[in-house]
Amino acid sequence: MIPSPFQYHAPADLKHAVELLGKYGEDAKVLAGGHSLLPMMKLRFAAPAHLIDLNPIAELKGIRESSGTLHIGAMTTENELIASALLKDKCPLIVETARVIADPQVRSRGTIGGDVAHGDPGNDHPAVMLALGASFVLRGPSKERVVAADGFYLGPLQTAIAANEILTEIRIPIPPRGSGYSYQKLKRKVGDFATAATAVQLTLDKGTCSRIGIALTNVAPTPLHLSEAEQLLTGKRIDDALIKQAMKLAMEACDPTADMRGPVEYKRAMAGEMTRRALNQALARAK
Amino acid sequence: MKVHSMKIAKMPIAFTLNGEPVEVLVEPRTLLIHLLREQLNKTGSHIGCETTHCGACTVDLNGQSVKSCTVLAVQANGAQVMTVEGLAPNGELHPIQEGFMQEHGLQCGFCTPGMMMRTYRLLQENPNPSEEEIRMGLSGNLCRCTGYQNIVKAVQYAARKMQSKGVQA
Repeated sequence: MIPSPFQYHAPADLKHAVELLGKYGEDAKVLAGGHSLLPMMKLRFAAPAHLIDLNPIAELKGIRESSGTLHIGAMTTENELIASALLKDKCPLIVETARVIADPQVRSRGTIGGDVAHGDPGNDHPAVMLALGASFVLRGPSKERVVAADGFYLGPLQTAIAANEILTEIRIPIPPRGSGYSYQKLKRKVGDFATAATAVQLTLDKGTCSRIGIALTNVAPTPLHLSEAEQLLTGKRIDDALIKQAMKLAMEACDPTADMRGPVEYKRAMAGEMTRRALNQALARAK
Repeated sequence: MKVHSMKIAKMPIAFTLNGEPVEVLVEPRTLLIHLLREQLNKTGSHIGCETTHCGACTVDLNGQSVKSCTVLAVQANGAQVMTVEGLAPNGELHPIQEGFMQEHGLQCGFCTPGMMMRTYRLLQENPNPSEEEIRMGLSGNLCRCTGYQNIVKAVQYAARKMQSKGVQA
């Protein structure tokens, strides 16, 4: 399987990449790790006339901390996330998630920016971004804007990113020390998308939940931010009865489609179960 | 979806393949696996699924394992590429190849070049992996014959031998 012909561009810096995207507009696609786009091009679901490869752009890589915020370059690979001592210390939820994405070879090419910007509800980072309250830096021809992850996902493969914008950076407010986290992903085998998955990041203050983020992967046309469950649990001591109510809210919020991973009822039940497991593990990890 | 009838010029690329410099002209849409097999006659890397699942096309690109069916040949410009042909440059079996032979780590052999190239990188990253680390490390490579037991043993054999001989893989 070979893609349709295209012109290949390998800009050395972001400025040039944005110029190229501005010039070719809807006829162009930007290439990150390529593990969603190249398969789509091979199957001719996508046939851009121009491919703008972001891999040579050094300024889009790397992870740094600045006044309570983590800045992750969009072209940072999954394996680089896994290897990051900074993330392991400051935001291990991202490391835990990257470890259950695809397989070792794919993780050496696949990037957090590609995963976040593609808009596939099966991608794992978007729910984590919602749970963490992340924001995304988008660079267009004339300006840069920062948008919240909440509200970024509009539908399957549809996001708030404009055709002339490139996602350059992901910003994450660093959770307080002792914050608990969990990404629970049910999948049929290594490399599979989630049947259902739940991301939780929570902070306890003397046993009371002072802040919580909960979001679901692959059980709706977009990643799902469980705001109602967050409201339910905030300010409370989370016990089994409350977890049961949060599970119910997760199952009510989700809108899965039947496919080879299972029928609707099963996926709905698993969205609840992953939510229960993620809440329990995050609670056990929180100090 | 637009259909493009435009003529796209081939692009010159240069890279290092198994330690030797290579210069070729490629269409931008050519996948690395096709360049290796069809233009450079390195047919050791196999095309299995073509959808990034099976790992038969695994090669080493700038010190990382990649599935060469999902990398464009133009992206190898300036890179260091190693295929299974690079494991035994002087005709003497690499400890990984010896391990797959001694431990019967293959039956039909189709997945073996990808398995060995993934093993090569795994043992660079982790010279003494546990069984679980081997299984997770090779989780992007499918074998439909062996049930993986002997593949794990082959990797363990190679790890032992490389450590005892101080082989830098």
